[in-house]
Amino acid sequence: MDDFKNLEEISKKIRRNILIMLNKSGSGHSGGSLSIVDILVSLYFGGIMNYNAKNPNWEDRDRLVLSKGHACPALYATLAEAGYFDKELLWTLRKLGSPLQGHPDSKKLPGIEASTGSLGNGIAQAVGIALAAKVLKKKYKVFCIVGDGEMQEGLVYEALMAAGHYKLSNLIIIVDNNGLQIDGQVSDVMNVYPLKEKFEAFNFRVHEISGHVYNNIIDTLTTAKRNVISPTAVIARTVKGMGVSFMANRVEYHGVAPTDEELKKALEELK
Amino acid sequence: MEKKATREAYGKALVDIGKNELVVALDADLSGSTKSADFKKVYPNRFFNMGIAESNMVDVAAGMALSGLKPYASSFAVFVTGRAFEPIRQSICYPNLHVVLCGSHSGISVGEDGGSHQAIVDISLMRSLPNMKVIVPADYKETYAAVKASLDMEGPVYIRTSRAKSPVFTNSDNFELGKAQILKEGQDATIIACGMMSYLALEAAELLKKDNINLEVINSASVKPLDEDTVYNSAKKTGRVFTVEEHSIIDGLGSAVCEFLSEHHPVFVHKIGMEDVFGESGTKDDLFCKFGFTKEAVAQRIKDKLNG
Ligand SMILES: Cc1ncc(C[n+]2csc(CCOP(=O)(O)OP(=O)(O)O)c2C)c(N)n1
Ligand SMILES: [Mg+2]
Repeated sequence: MDDFKNLEEISKKIRRNILIMLNKSGSGHSGGSLSIVDILVSLYFGGIMNYNAKNPNWEDRDRLVLSKGHACPALYATLAEAGYFDKELLWTLRKLGSPLQGHPDSKKLPGIEASTGSLGNGIAQAVGIALAAKVLKKKYKVFCIVGDGEMQEGLVYEALMAAGHYKLSNLIIIVDNNGLQIDGQVSDVMNVYPLKEKFEAFNFRVHEISGHVYNNIIDTLTTAKRNVISPTAVIARTVKGMGVSFMANRVEYHGVAPTDEELKKALEELK
Repeated sequence: MEKKATREAYGKALVDIGKNELVVALDADLSGSTKSADFKKVYPNRFFNMGIAESNMVDVAAGMALSGLKPYASSFAVFVTGRAFEPIRQSICYPNLHVVLCGSHSGISVGEDGGSHQAIVDISLMRSLPNMKVIVPADYKETYAAVKASLDMEGPVYIRTSRAKSPVFTNSDNFELGKAQILKEGQDATIIACGMMSYLALEAAELLKKDNINLEVINSASVKPLDEDTVYNSAKKTGRVFTVEEHSIIDGLGSAVCEFLSEHHPVFVHKIGMEDVFGESGTKDDLFCKFGFTKEAVAQRIKDKLNG
């Protein structure tokens, strides 16, 4: 049994940084950022992704596409922790001239593989990046995080169809299955479930896991990396707003930043 | 002066026209932002959340219109005009169906969400489609009137609203398609604007009085059809025209004015807008400064052009 204490410490630090960034910017997406922290920490600090923060364009690096681009504060805080850029930059989130745009901009920040924000487009770009590896005879893996609400976009299914058709075994799609979108619960707004069967219908290998339990995430992603016959989907059960009691599972915290008071309370919980 | 966001008027007007039982509203997981949620509260059975699936939403609205309903479909302007462009073209404009589309969060006044979310080519996309009417109301009051009037319009209609609050200054109780309003008379040059830029144009005109420049200011919320008579008469009177819009200078209101004037009364026209660049993150005020949407910057540009 590995010791994941270190990862838990990193994730706490990243959660704290996310909340501080959002508070300083006064706007942004709290809930959906907090729900993917443990997945990002597993990818970047759990030995899953091959990357070199000092050489972000290293051509053999593994790629991460954040298709649910609104959760970029989590990615920014993770990249800063991994050494891609100076942590001070985090406090410029969403401000004029900052490379930390409200949604990820691949022109502006090292470590951002694709510009996203309009839901559904990231996953299809990830298919292109995975297909390019086949053409270029590269061994890199492509990870892509999509939202469960995002799974409502028709474009997602065109992407899945192409991934299955071209047997993109280097593509690993992680669904942040937090059960919530903006207007309410995913199952109430526009039911996308069951997800497992949908992926299977497009010839994906599917794993259902908890998105907050490190050995679960890391074991699954390690298995997914070894898959050489089909693309993989990891449906990760998560809690929107994870780590902050008053944000957890609360749809109201989708698109708002914590106030000063809320930040104080949240940081107390994340000590 | 009172400030209100034009998107608020969309919600309010939608509730009022909801008395007509054929009116249905659709949204794509942004009903709280576009304000179609106001309609949902009052008429839950005639509100359809289509999820994050804008293309489908627009085609479904077309199907409803084919069946005699009066659909109002909303999302952020980028997504409803961009993502759903093909359904709008094929299923609404080509068959000339009466579907009203509302794009909220238009322009760079969206602010912090950044360039991926700021619609700066939506007027262009919608204007280019045969049968489509394009309305960019100047304030809350005009938006309310336009949404109410849209119920009795024919064919497809695009109404563009904003996230940010802006001054409520028009006295538009009735909206007439194809009619512009002269907000201020003048003889040295004409400014034609739409959306919240109409008020900015008035303010710039006020500033230029100090320089003895007397501008005529026109609010052209009806971008398509354009009020050709008003544009023609003003251009004839002043001989120089400026346009201001929170949109790309390619294919927006300015281009509509140019297309018309170049044929019917060729005069100097200078377009003020986004100069073929995307927006970015920042507060609305920071972005307005950076991209030249302040009364001072607009006044200066006009002064320079008139003197140059
Ligand atoms: C094409 C498109 N339509 C609408 C939006 C606005 N939007 C941003 S986040 C969001 C909800 C996303 O829900 P989900 O994918 O479940 O993300 P999460 O719960 O992880 O935040 C919506 C509708 C968008 N960004 N892109
Ligand atoms: Mg979700």
